Amino acid sequence: MTVDAASVAPAETAVSAVECVDLSYQFPAHLAVDHVNLSIAPGEMYGLLGPNGAGKTTTIRMITTLLPPGTGSVRVFGIDATARPMLVRRAIGYVPQALSADANLTGVENVELFARLFDVPRRVRRQRVDEALSAMGLTEAAGRLAGTYSGGMIRRLELAQSLISAPRLLVLDEPTVGLDPIARSVVWEYIARLRSQFAMTVLMTTHYMDEADAYCDRISLMHRGTIRVTGSPAALRAGLGADATLDDVFRHYTGDTLKDSPSSPEEGDMRDARRARRTARRLG
Amino acid sequence: MTHAAPVAPPADLADNPVAASLRLLNRIGTLCWVEMRKIRHDRTELYTRAIQPALWLLIYGEVFTRVHAIPTPKGIPYLAYLAPGIMAQSALFIAIFYGIQIIWERDAGVLTKLMVTPTPRSALITGKAFASGVRSLVQGVVVLIIAALLGVSFTLNPLKIIFALVILAVGSAFFSCLSMSLAGVVVARDRLMGIGQAITMPLFFSSSALYPAKIMPGWLQVISRINPLSYEVEALRGLLIGTPTTMWLDVLVLVGATIASITCAALLLPRLANR
Repeated sequence: MTVDAASVAPAETAVSAVECVDLSYQFPAHLAVDHVNLSIAPGEMYGLLGPNGAGKTTTIRMITTLLPPGTGSVRVFGIDATARPMLVRRAIGYVPQALSADANLTGVENVELFARLFDVPRRVRRQRVDEALSAMGLTEAAGRLAGTYSGGMIRRLELAQSLISAPRLLVLDEPTVGLDPIARSVVWEYIARLRSQFAMTVLMTTHYMDEADAYCDRISLMHRGTIRVTGSPAALRAGLGADATLDDVFRHYTGDTLKDSPSSPEEGDMRDARRARRTARRLG
Repeated sequence: MTHAAPVAPPADLADNPVAASLRLLNRIGTLCWVEMRKIRHDRTELYTRAIQPALWLLIYGEVFTRVHAIPTPKGIPYLAYLAPGIMAQSALFIAIFYGIQIIWERDAGVLTKLMVTPTPRSALITGKAFASGVRSLVQGVVVLIIAALLGVSFTLNPLKIIFALVILAVGSAFFSCLSMSLAGVVVARDRLMGIGQAITMPLFFSSSALYPAKIMPGWLQVISRINPLSYEVEALRGLLIGTPTTMWLDVLVLVGATIASITCAALLLPRLANR
């Protein structure tokens, strides 16, 4: 296996799971991501928080090689996402915001599709598919069409899909958007179990502050394309006083600019809102 | 290198042409497998889609056979002349709306997820293109059976039949990539629907699917000459009915057009995915 020296970070430094340096992305109408620097340690559960249109999804898209970085660089476990996108994709399990399991395939087929796309050898494929489904508590529903699943089950199916390649980095874009509180906590239970079982690094976006508080080791607050503050939820809360909540932290760092911002990326807001609504609708 | 060992599979494929083509075949196989599973789960579409070609053959075909209005090469019955044209047409009608499925997959997040697998854009498009061919093949076989029941005698040479089905699949791949390219340009489902409606009939009527090019007015003959559907129809006819055609030219045009449209759709795919 040869990897050109330029695309891999020096081996002697501790390699971050994700390293974004001066990352920016310019859409025609607005600067979606504005010189973002972030570093995620291996094994960390890291949350990217912010309102709709903050630039979270665009950042995630650059990290997952869906968008080429406008300027700056992204490395995933030391591998440059621009130079070696195929290697980066092999390291990543990705669950997009929309419910993306194929309703016209069964649970098994949905997972097998990804096993094939990640070149899981044929002789272990069936076993790996069954393991992934059983790890997500879907063994009984495995033979049914995904169209008959509940929202929470579809999320778990998607997690099973993303697990099949044994990713080192799990990327979750709004994993619990549109789910009812019980389904939300079940999904989180499974994510936590996965993390302890496979020592995965998890990068997620959310705008549920309570979830970020409960599950993330470290969070970054993002607003209008920039990261305003980064730290552990406890440290961020403590910084504002004894009984501050993450909501207070959020308000403190984003100011009262949420509503009256003439330069706010309206288009991004619209699109985000539409996507969330679409997801919610599919959840019924 | 020490740290990235678990990331790297035995071979990262991108650089090695043999591995890259194996991966391409694997992706085509995988996406065709998905399409076949879907057909198995829901067959209604197969049945409903068989109605239109059946009507073309039964009504249009029978009537025009009776009036002898259209001169056919070597005086073969018009129904036999028409059948390969209807095969190509029904495949076209499926493929030309394939872009709508791609837009739907984009909306559902399926597309972005596929794009985060180690599958190059071009392999993804090629796989999708041939997956759309799976439906066309089933359709083509249905038309063959209906035509045979109506008394059309096709070649009995299995190699020619197989080759004809390959031509049909390549034709579908071309039109579905055309559709996916349009999807990348217009991005919205309803707009693509309108464009699909607007171009299918001109493509159909300006080809030699219903009548030979030589009875067309001059300007239409020119269009027919640049219409890939004509080459698909002529190749199918040559193989199934034995009408004279320059097979190498038909194949060359179809394969060339398909490669061009795959390239085009692959280049436009990120535009679609990142909306």
